[in-house]
Amino acid sequence: MLRAAALLGPRLGRRCLSLAASATVPTPNEHPEIFYNKIFINNEWHDAISQKTFPTINPSTGDVICQVAEGDKADVDKAVKAAREAFRHGSPWRKMDASERGKLLNRLADLIERDRAYLATLETLDNGKPYSISYLVDLDMVVKCIRYYAGWADKYHGKTIPMDGDYFSYTRHEPVGVCAQIIPWNFPLLMQAWKLGPALATGNVVVMKVAEQTPLTALYVANLIKEAGFPPGVVNIIPGYGPTAGAALASHMDVDKVAFTGSTEVGSLIQVAAGSSNLKKVTLELGGKSPNIILSDANMDLAVEQAHFALFFNQGQCCCAGSRTYVQEDIYSEFVERSVARAKARVVGNPFDSRTEQGPQVDKEQYKKILGYISSGKDEGAKLLCGGGPAADRGYFIQPTIFGDVQDNMTIAREEIFGPVMQIMKFKTVEEVVERANDSRYGLAAAIFTKDLDKANYLSQVLQAGTVWINCYDVFGAQCPFGGYKMSGNGRELGEYGLQAYTEVKTVTIKVPQKNS
Amino acid sequence: MNVPAPLTNLKIQYTKIFINNEWHASVSGKKFPVINPATEEKICDVEEGDKEDVNKAVKAARQAFQLGSPWRTMDASERGRLLNKLADLVERDRQLLATMESMNAGKIFATAYTMDLGSSVNVLRYYASWADKIQGRTIPIDGKFFSYTRHEPVGVCGQIIPWNFPLLMLMWKIGPALCCGNTVVLKPAEQTPLTALHIASLIKEAGFPPGVVNIVPGYGPTAGAAISSHMDVDKVAFTGSTEVGLLIKQAAGKSNLKRVSLELGGKSPCIVFADADLDNAVEFAHFGLFFHQGQCCTAASRLFVEEPIYNEFVKRSIERAKKYTLGNPLNPEVQQGPQIDKEQYNKILDLIESGKKEGAKLECGGGPWGDKGYFIQPTVFSNVTDDMRIAKEEIFGPVQQIMKFKTIDEVIKRANNTHYGLSGAVFTKDLDKALTVSSVLQSGTVWVNCYGVISPQAPFGGFKMSGNGRELGEYGLHEYTEVKTVTIKISEKNS
Repeated sequence: MLRAAALLGPRLGRRCLSLAASATVPTPNEHPEIFYNKIFINNEWHDAISQKTFPTINPSTGDVICQVAEGDKADVDKAVKAAREAFRHGSPWRKMDASERGKLLNRLADLIERDRAYLATLETLDNGKPYSISYLVDLDMVVKCIRYYAGWADKYHGKTIPMDGDYFSYTRHEPVGVCAQIIPWNFPLLMQAWKLGPALATGNVVVMKVAEQTPLTALYVANLIKEAGFPPGVVNIIPGYGPTAGAALASHMDVDKVAFTGSTEVGSLIQVAAGSSNLKKVTLELGGKSPNIILSDANMDLAVEQAHFALFFNQGQCCCAGSRTYVQEDIYSEFVERSVARAKARVVGNPFDSRTEQGPQVDKEQYKKILGYISSGKDEGAKLLCGGGPAADRGYFIQPTIFGDVQDNMTIAREEIFGPVMQIMKFKTVEEVVERANDSRYGLAAAIFTKDLDKANYLSQVLQAGTVWINCYDVFGAQCPFGGYKMSGNGRELGEYGLQAYTEVKTVTIKVPQKNS
Repeated sequence: MNVPAPLTNLKIQYTKIFINNEWHASVSGKKFPVINPATEEKICDVEEGDKEDVNKAVKAARQAFQLGSPWRTMDASERGRLLNKLADLVERDRQLLATMESMNAGKIFATAYTMDLGSSVNVLRYYASWADKIQGRTIPIDGKFFSYTRHEPVGVCGQIIPWNFPLLMLMWKIGPALCCGNTVVLKPAEQTPLTALHIASLIKEAGFPPGVVNIVPGYGPTAGAAISSHMDVDKVAFTGSTEVGLLIKQAAGKSNLKRVSLELGGKSPCIVFADADLDNAVEFAHFGLFFHQGQCCTAASRLFVEEPIYNEFVKRSIERAKKYTLGNPLNPEVQQGPQIDKEQYNKILDLIESGKKEGAKLECGGGPWGDKGYFIQPTVFSNVTDDMRIAKEEIFGPVQQIMKFKTIDEVIKRANNTHYGLSGAVFTKDLDKALTVSSVLQSGTVWVNCYGVISPQAPFGGFKMSGNGRELGEYGLHEYTEVKTVTIKISEKNS
């Protein structure tokens, strides 16, 4: 779990972390063979109809890993047709016992566990995240998520309803139908699991578009989906670009629902596309600028380490990154000093090296964007305390960077940076920090560090965020719903709540000659 | 039930914009006329809300939603008590509201009194009792953490309602919204604002704090659009045409990604098998189409009858359709009132003409009635084929289409062959047919051996382009809830 990484840090320290990691983590092969780089439809591999391909890059070096088939509208049409056919009344998937769907999902989890080392290696190669984290955290959470939803398959009950009158009324929880799922590059495998889990548990069929930066692990899983025994057409995966393949899905007249994780900007386009086509259901998991509030009575060691983790984890590339660190006046100086020391000690380098804590950013576009934000911080008068530029001449590495004395109106305090750039702000009172924390169009997550019961309860109530952490950060469980308030999203993923978006409720009301309670 | 006579000399007391429990003139000074569709005469003028008035209302609703406000700090059970009090007041003013609804919306008075008012009170009381039963969960998360969810209100909810069931649609919207602790800015249909404004006065009388409910009468392209694209409205709920539903969803995506729920049109299939109880099927199919002059989103507007009983079914349906006295809906002798306005009236007549032109067999009716008011004769077409306009487009008028089918596989395919998916029905005595056909129809509600049975306990909403989300039942609470997960680190966990 992410929390595994969170807790290892403060208790063991960096050297021990790498020893512990290497004790349980198999040695990676830094040049793994690529088996699957085409479009997956009906359990078969297809070239793009246009024959086009695009390169996927290793962000540690900037080199091309391999070419991948580039799906576009015509490939989307093919995939949607296949999915629709697999969803037909009387098809193997529609007639399957719900428990059998659960068995297939558990089988998929088994296969992912079998190929854990290979998948972790491929994830690191394509995304740049440290291999030990891919292996211990990403893959662990992927398996847990799929097993969690495997368990729900035959338990998501409809209801019988005590309706007025001589009627017998009940609800069926039916699958929504053909679900388009557009996933990002920051946690490629995990985002795939978060999407497939609830969709397949409830009996839907899927057309998934994977991020162009990181298609490889999802395509390998496609083959595991076939190996696990899912019928053809139930899951289809298309590598390709947003404005082409993604847009084709969002405006397709025969897609019943679209689920998107990515930027708020593209989230808006998706909602508009749904409203301009066939009113498909929409769920969105978007950006954030999450406040992390450190009160003066907090456990200082814990707060410093967690705040560091909250921002820098995954190279700062988390939608819920704690990117506004509000520190109460009394402890501000000490907190800043310790945070700077911690950031300076952060090991940046080859993600396959077990000592590395931070790999490269995912691509050149992100790299440039983050450096642009760092410039704005300097220009707008924030105090650069460490880092502030590239960390290597090759690959997209950026130095862990901290700005102090940040004001709320600075660009770095308002916009999502998605990089290893920490903003530390000072506050006086609880009332003040609540107003400042909530003064954002985002609302994905928030955290509070305090020992005080009343403060914890008050702040968790009033912060406008879909998840509030207390004395911790980035604690996820497949059991707990996750999603955004305001422009950070529509709807929730994970937990029982995550099943709602993949369910179409049908009410059946039957006239009966006499009703008894 | 003993239905009293309608009130004579009904005085319209409330014609302004309701914000913060006060009555406001429109910022622009403009007013618009409200018409009686049976007589085409003006009932009164009402203040015309536009963007500026919506802004005022949203500000008031936002203020009422502030942390620490009376509404946010109120016990959930107290919210329930207020909703029950509102229901009491609606019951007290039942005769007045039924008269107003009948006059403004063209509804048969006895139906308005028994059904519209009765159901309105039931929905309020149903949601009143949910208020303190909206439960979050404690969750067995992995690791040494205590995790729970809070079911918070979404915030400022824009609600845009139609003219076919003005009062009932208002209750379907404010019931769950207020039960969950939200604040509301509601725009009633421009054709039928009067009962909504009377309810506003009862909301104040019941004791809801100022700003919790605000009502802005006005038009769709102005006030409605202002709500759906407002940057400080957290959610919009719309009931109306699919065409406008698309605009609302786009507006939400272009503005602030407000949450959207939609209850839109339908072209609902009613399937009658040869083994059905024929009298029951004829009567329910008839009621399913002709209720409230055909102006129901659930209207049974594609009637598929199995070949062996087709001719007899058509014969009995025609007889039934001829049994209507049209006229002023306040008159107790009358069974069918007018269509809501000239635009609808023209649209329905146009579709009737298309039926004739495209070769359907006109069995009765087929044109206007009377020399005043928007009345249309109850009309039945038989030998309708699936490609005709009357078989594909939503008519929203007293026009019944009867089609023939041979086999069960054929009729399921035909029934599902539409972008709509609001409701449907199956008439059969056979257990297996009832269960299998109801499971494969792509509709949010399927009735078996009945039609149009709606009650606050059972969720209602559309598959496909008939809508997003569900209203009524426990499911109706989802749309008005924002889920927050709180996860707290603890030193030791025990199950």
